[in-house]
Amino acid sequence: MAFDSFDAFLAMGGHGPYVWACYIVFFALSLVLIQWSRMQRRFVLQRLAVRQAGANTAGRNIESNGKASADFARVDSLND
Amino acid sequence: MWQFFHKLGSPKWFYDIASRLMPWLLWSGVALFMAGVIWGLAFAPPDYLQGNSYRIIFIHVPSAFLAQSVYIMMAVAATVTLVWRMKLADVFVKSAAPVGAVLTFLALFTGAVWGKPTWGTWWIWDARLTSMLILLFLYFGAIALGSAISDEKSSARAVAVLVLVGVVNIPIIKYSVEWWNTLHQPATFKLTEKPSMPADMWVPLLLAVLGLYLLFGWLACLRMQTEILVREGRTRWVRELVKPGGNP
Amino acid sequence: MSSDESGVKAILHAPESSAGVLAAMKAVMLRDLKSSFRQPQDLLNPLLFFVLVIMLFPLGVSPEVAFLQKAGGGILWVAALLSVLLSLDHLFRHDFDDGTLEQMVLQPQPLFLLVLAKSMAHWVLTGLPLVLLTPLLAVMVHLEGNSIGVLCLTLLIGTPVLSLIGAIGAALTLGLRSAGVLLSLMIIPLYIPVLIFGTGTVMAAAEGAPVTGQLALMGAFLVLAMTLAPFASAAALRISLSNG
Repeated sequence: MAFDSFDAFLAMGGHGPYVWACYIVFFALSLVLIQWSRMQRRFVLQRLAVRQAGANTAGRNIESNGKASADFARVDSLND
Repeated sequence: MWQFFHKLGSPKWFYDIASRLMPWLLWSGVALFMAGVIWGLAFAPPDYLQGNSYRIIFIHVPSAFLAQSVYIMMAVAATVTLVWRMKLADVFVKSAAPVGAVLTFLALFTGAVWGKPTWGTWWIWDARLTSMLILLFLYFGAIALGSAISDEKSSARAVAVLVLVGVVNIPIIKYSVEWWNTLHQPATFKLTEKPSMPADMWVPLLLAVLGLYLLFGWLACLRMQTEILVREGRTRWVRELVKPGGNP
Repeated sequence: MSSDESGVKAILHAPESSAGVLAAMKAVMLRDLKSSFRQPQDLLNPLLFFVLVIMLFPLGVSPEVAFLQKAGGGILWVAALLSVLLSLDHLFRHDFDDGTLEQMVLQPQPLFLLVLAKSMAHWVLTGLPLVLLTPLLAVMVHLEGNSIGVLCLTLLIGTPVLSLIGAIGAALTLGLRSAGVLLSLMIIPLYIPVLIFGTGTVMAAAEGAPVTGQLALMGAFLVLAMTLAPFASAAALRISLSNG
């Protein structure tokens, strides 16, 4: 250890506020960025699932009615 | 070898590869980065001149390195976008730009706060910080232009042109700012490590830099996956993925 | 036949030999110069802005001779930079609006040369008047004789660079909403090296130091900009036109 005590570690020889401000801001901003990215991904996945479920039920309703209608919700593309 | 490049043209292939890579990138990145940071914060000896404030280096230098590397990666991807019209390259640029901007801001913030105990002032117009500030605006420009153009293909190519123009200017900007700095600063203060850093200091620094690169890799994969899902939402493989029971 | 149509016709009928390239460039330049008379505000606004911005500094900071002498070169340079930035909007917009730009892109002559011609015309209409106005304004900020000459020289070499680099931004933001702010955000970082060397040269001159080195470097910037920027602008124009 480069420090004699935990208090000395926090104080950083008088430079404590600067060092800890940097580390706290770094980790805080990084976590915000990471969380935002994860939430974005989750949101997109949810939205795609909802849209697909909606399209599926729409298809089923039309079949049960026996009426002819155009289905514009799904685009079947085989892009791999 | 060419097969690899062909595969790289497929968003689905990248999505799968990314899913498998991400856990490795995340955990190795966290391990290396935290090892470097903890070693640097608690175990490395204090600096002869600066005392303990130099410990900011363990997050300042990785942020600064990555901020610049990410822009260069974006420039490479921009070239790929313009020459080979590969979609994934633009996906990378769009995903990486905000991360690069945050890293640049962190490099600026930590650099400025480090300046206070070292030079007695919160902000200093030295060559390095000023160049970083300009880099931040290069990032902002790319992000702003990308979101201003609604057509995906045009947006990709316009941002690619801007990023390439920026990367050509970076050495010019650096040189100009260095020259400007020597005009205005009689004493040149060097903010980073002296060439002969003891191993106790440069090893944790290296660990932190490597760890942050790996973490960037993880985050880039994550954000690229999101962008791919948005763009390819109507394809069959994505619809299979989001079905209940699928494994996104 | 209006000068507009004759200019467009000149472009459309220019033969495909290398002499045709120069003829096409000349036609583009002349067209821009002539059509500027139809929009005199495009000519006057940057000049007025230049003067007004310079005026703000003695009013807002300090009218003291010592301050103005020290800061004057920088103030004039910044004002010139902002004026050029303001004038970039109409570099391509008029042609974009009336369809001439699409014609230009379709020409057999290389687009980058036509863009170079437009950038030079833009400089003649914007940068050159600024340079001509500079001695008067330099006297108002109490710059000394030697400095004034060097300042004019740096602006003479530097403002074409500003037009050339600015053309890239104007081409990229063509047709976008809030193009003005976006343009400034994108282009100002690229303007910084020219600004630094322009003002640095003036300051060196004020101290009596030799300036030939810096002026040569600025000349190098100009050559670099003239050879590289038009390619980027041409690529950007194609992208913007394909967009909308």
